[in-house]
Amino acid sequence: MSGVHAHALHYHGHSPVHRLASEVKIVAMFAFVAAVIATPTREVWAFGALAAILAVAVGLAELPTAFFLKRLSIELPFVIFALAMPFVGVGPYVEVGSLSLSVPGLWGAWNVLAKATLSVGASVVLSATTEVPDILAGFDRLRAPRLLTAIAGFMIRYLEVVVSELGRVRTAIAARLGNLSRRQEAATLASVAGTMFIRAYERGERIHQAMLARGYRGTIPPAATPALPARWAGTVAWIAASWVVAAAAILTS
Amino acid sequence: MHVPDGFINAATSVGTGVVAAGGLGVSLRNAARGLRDFHIPLAGVTAALIFALQMLNFPVLPGVSGHLMGGALAAILLGPWMGAVVVSVVVIVQALFFADGGISALGVNVTNIALVTAFVAWPVFRGVLKILPKTRLSAMAAAMVSAFVSVLAGSFAFVLEYALGGVGGAPIGTVLGAMTGIHALIGVGEGLITATALGTVLAVRPDLVRGAADVELSGTDTVPTGRAVTTFVLTGLAVAVALVVFVAPFASPHPDGLETVAEQTGFASAAQEHPIGGPLADYQVAGVESETVGTIVSGIIGTVIAFAIGLGIVAVSRRRARSA
Repeated sequence: MSGVHAHALHYHGHSPVHRLASEVKIVAMFAFVAAVIATPTREVWAFGALAAILAVAVGLAELPTAFFLKRLSIELPFVIFALAMPFVGVGPYVEVGSLSLSVPGLWGAWNVLAKATLSVGASVVLSATTEVPDILAGFDRLRAPRLLTAIAGFMIRYLEVVVSELGRVRTAIAARLGNLSRRQEAATLASVAGTMFIRAYERGERIHQAMLARGYRGTIPPAATPALPARWAGTVAWIAASWVVAAAAILTS
Repeated sequence: MHVPDGFINAATSVGTGVVAAGGLGVSLRNAARGLRDFHIPLAGVTAALIFALQMLNFPVLPGVSGHLMGGALAAILLGPWMGAVVVSVVVIVQALFFADGGISALGVNVTNIALVTAFVAWPVFRGVLKILPKTRLSAMAAAMVSAFVSVLAGSFAFVLEYALGGVGGAPIGTVLGAMTGIHALIGVGEGLITATALGTVLAVRPDLVRGAADVELSGTDTVPTGRAVTTFVLTGLAVAVALVVFVAPFASPHPDGLETVAEQTGFASAAQEHPIGGPLADYQVAGVESETVGTIVSGIIGTVIAFAIGLGIVAVSRRRARSA
């Protein structure tokens, strides 16, 4: 997994999608994913239509195709197991060369690949056009629990620090202990995990003290990002298009 | 364990989403009780650490690797409520920003990876620790057993969701067999890592371990060596082997649920003729007619047996420790 750099997810720009309030984009993403999931597997045309609707958003966001496809490819390791489904599913079977593939399994694999690709595409548009603090502020404005967004905020802020710290520890292990087998390395890293928790705790204490030193009084003031226009009308039209496709697919299936 | 979009149907995704939201809401309310300011950055940094640890794969079989799920470790260190919240945050951030786990499968993944593991690991850890002599080694053994059971419980939760609304038509017996088999092995890795990590924290800062906050543990100031380590490793291995040997065949209609995908082709057609074969084939729960429900019931019984065996072994070792 590369891409732990949360800010590397963002694609700098001033497109209409970039300049849309983050809570609107979050709602649009979830609504689009809901339409994707509700669409019956065998209505292949509907997935084409949904892909076109997603492409409209990518176009409006002025994201280069290469950038979008590269970010989309992060889903690959997670959906590759879908390719096993034609082999483990039940009959009826279809002969492809010398292989006997399960027909429900093939539809299942198609279902996962199509729906995961479209859903990840929607989340890529959100994270490419919205800075991470802005996404968290959007969740706050949507009345997500404050404790949840506060923890997520600290997590994303310190992700890079912790990941690179773990990387340095692995380098140190390699330098001092030579080439360990993966099993030996796993055993060493397990006790490192404990040490890292203690460091995380102490880091948490230091961060808190630093916050107090800067005038923290129990709540974090809202980020000084300019309020962006909500522009619900256009977004609702975009969501409605995906829902019309899903409804049509359900009715014709 | 991270389920992508499209793997579980819309109705089941929504239903599990309601369960996840409810469980997370209850966890948040309980975690907020007695919460002090500095706990929030701590929880955030711990979430970042669990995210980092989940990136490290450990080998379980040639060709199969697992990664730490962290639910048990988070629950033991931070308590079940904050543990569940922290792992939920990890799962949500992974889905939103890193495409690890689907957006629509958020409910499924939060339930299986965060809520079920934390809520199963905590009582198991506390229960096992209660009956063992109060030493650091006992806490590590309790961590190992609770992490193992929590991973199996998470995989059973997935099988239940797949039975309710999984796509692809894989026979539920095959899914249960493969999930149980592989997660029994991943659970051993999770157990060893959780126990070792906890042992390190107990040796350096025992005050940070919520799960042992009210227990005076001896031996925390020394690093266990020689016989103590051997005893711990052998006990842990015995528990793990006993669980795999005795539980996997009960939970799985096919005792050998570890085949590769290719081998499962023949396996699957066999499963079609005998959707429920194997030791629990004749197991009938009064009023349970459906094969699917029967399979799930046997899965739950498997979990209970796993827990009982774990408790039995630690009880025996406690008696021996006393007479010694």
